[in-house]
Amino acid sequence: MRPMAQIAMVMNLDKCIGCHTCSVTCKQTWTNRAGVEYVWFNNVETRPGQGYPRRYEDQERWRGGWELTRGGKLKPKAGGRLRKLMTIFANPLMPSIQDYYEPWTYDYENLTNAPLTDDVPVAPPRSLISGEPMKIGWSANWDDNLGGDPSPDPILGKLSEDVKLAFEQAYMFYLPRICEHCLNPSCVASCPSGALYKRAEDGIVLVDQDRCRGWRMCVTGCPYKKVYFNHKTGKAEKCTFCYPRLEVGLPTVCSETCVGRLRYLGVLLYDADRVTEAASVTDERDLYEAQLDLFIDPHDPVAEAAGLPQEWLEAARRSPVYDLIKRYRIALPLHPEYRTLPMVWYVPPLSPVVDALSTTGHDGEDAGNLFAAIDALRIPIGYLAELFTAGDPEPVTFALRRLAAMRSHMRAVNLGEPPPPLDTGLSEEDLTAMYRLLALAKYDERYVIPTAYGNVPGVVEEGGCSLDYDGGPGMQQPFGEASGRPVPVAIETFHGLKERQTSEGISHNRVNLLNWDARGTPAGLFPPKKKKKKP
Amino acid sequence: MLWTVAPYVTLVIFVGGLIWRYRYDKFGWTTRSSQLYESPLLRVASPLFHYGLLFVIVGHVTGLLIPLSWTDAVGVSNEAYHVNALVWGGLAGVATLVALVLLVYRRRTNGPVFMATTVNDKVMYVVLGAAIIAGVVTTVAGFLPSEVSYRTTVAPWFRGIFVLRPETEAMGHASVLYKVHTLIGMVLFVLFPFSRLVHALSAPLGYLFRPYIVYRSRANGVPRDPAGARMRQNRPL
Repeated sequence: MRPMAQIAMVMNLDKCIGCHTCSVTCKQTWTNRAGVEYVWFNNVETRPGQGYPRRYEDQERWRGGWELTRGGKLKPKAGGRLRKLMTIFANPLMPSIQDYYEPWTYDYENLTNAPLTDDVPVAPPRSLISGEPMKIGWSANWDDNLGGDPSPDPILGKLSEDVKLAFEQAYMFYLPRICEHCLNPSCVASCPSGALYKRAEDGIVLVDQDRCRGWRMCVTGCPYKKVYFNHKTGKAEKCTFCYPRLEVGLPTVCSETCVGRLRYLGVLLYDADRVTEAASVTDERDLYEAQLDLFIDPHDPVAEAAGLPQEWLEAARRSPVYDLIKRYRIALPLHPEYRTLPMVWYVPPLSPVVDALSTTGHDGEDAGNLFAAIDALRIPIGYLAELFTAGDPEPVTFALRRLAAMRSHMRAVNLGEPPPPLDTGLSEEDLTAMYRLLALAKYDERYVIPTAYGNVPGVVEEGGCSLDYDGGPGMQQPFGEASGRPVPVAIETFHGLKERQTSEGISHNRVNLLNWDARGTPAGLFPPKKKKKKP
Repeated sequence: MLWTVAPYVTLVIFVGGLIWRYRYDKFGWTTRSSQLYESPLLRVASPLFHYGLLFVIVGHVTGLLIPLSWTDAVGVSNEAYHVNALVWGGLAGVATLVALVLLVYRRRTNGPVFMATTVNDKVMYVVLGAAIIAGVVTTVAGFLPSEVSYRTTVAPWFRGIFVLRPETEAMGHASVLYKVHTLIGMVLFVLFPFSRLVHALSAPLGYLFRPYIVYRSRANGVPRDPAGARMRQNRPL
């Protein structure tokens, strides 16, 4: 038993309206640079649909994740160490830019430079890869809101014919995706340089930009295709879980800006010694249970004895993620069959069932009706099961039943009726607590993020301070605030910025790097050169 | 004089340049792959080139480091040795050359790949191409009866470099072809630390022996901030 901590995320798919705010704010923060124009650390897919990059879930083609050898040992599906080195000169399993999409911009200059004609000038699209004029034909969410055409969805290929037919009564739901920060990350395993690593303190999977040599094996290794190749720098980049924010207790940008407030962040404790064992269970359908077994109850004395910082233990005890995943069992992992033990989980969508029942003249919120209808959901259980439980319908039905039971229970409470007797294995208090977490939870209930990295000896606590302005006593970095030692994002918070903008006597002529497109050197990027004092 | 000074100048620039590059430009130390732009041609040409080059390197090492007396001692005749060298070295050299032509063709005709090609790359390709052409020519020409074997000229000189006694006299007896090839080779070594060639030194052999999953503590090594990473990306190579 070797308990380790992991920051994990749960997304409640019932609440996702597909507004892409998470994607856009993430892109503004992390990938608004040359070389990663096509990269979305966070993207929102319409399911059923092809996804981004196209058909990434088709592992017979892309060979991401792990597989079991005949001896029952784990091995990257794309091949072991020797095979990786043999094919290092041209990765045969790497998606091309066309599989993502060719990024473009518009030639806005044409709007003002076009000669006078009868036609209104337009801004024609230009490829950001070749610079040539291009016809826009695909992008990261090109099939947004389509949902109806099942043919290109790799998941649907696995389902039986009757489910396919039921599909044609079109329905859809949204699936926001970020890096899974897996317990058994196959990208890390695929990296020949050892540049990708899992952080021991919080489980965040990161790329060491100084050690990455651009072999591109991680792109193949990740079955979720969430490691990207920066074609300008020649290095791999991926979702960082906004670690500079997490380190100071702030939620990730995608969570912070989520309109539906559907994301939850918290600490999970797991037994690191049994990770490989859990990832190598024979039956794919047992992977969900095996991963659940890894998680340690934070109230268990074992957790106390593990020597984790006290603040982390306390956060683990208040973790909304633990409650959704392990206590209520209503959150499920995305594609456990890849054997990477992903750590971004999803509460499956229930909503359409209520509407569907209501339109047939039945009371959609009535407990009995709702329970019976779950097997006949508009969104086939089989489809959700292929996404979340390697095809096993049981856990999905179980989670949806609990969600339905919670609705009925709260409805009865609100109407002053006796609560319906439902066999969900949850007490009234549990149902109420679950309701509170899913429906009402405030900022500090949804995001329980410990900040005490500083408890580890030798680690500098948050380095930013209000004296770090130009020429101030805290000003030490040679290239302004964004170079040298890490500057926590905390100082970029609203209040910090506002204070800096409004207070007198502080230099204003500097650049906010979050808005900088990495081209050229804007005025104020570097502080003015200090004149040497003559003795 | 040339054959005494030049190798050491090359060595100093090569080693010093590598140390400098490693200390100040770890971020720029990469293969700078263009596979994202174009894959079909690369998938044929790149492995051909690299495997060909590996053979060529093995050939150079054996050819230059193993003295004539050693092969005589184990009973390999000089003729047999040279036939072997011609066949394998020639094959590898020609394969490398063909692959290089394919790769340069790809680089020139594919728009995005050409756009990603820097002046540094172009200079390096010219020198690399010249070195390989000169190498193939010398390998073939080595069979002419008029030629002096490199095993009695270039090789003793080369081995002498490392014991600080380069046998310039032996090198002086080598034919012009060998001298040209050697000179271009030295230019290539000078360019090496400052071009994309450095990725050859990152051959990740350690991968074969490490556990699959890498854990690193935040406490070890200062974590970098995203904005800082951006700053480095903007720095010219």
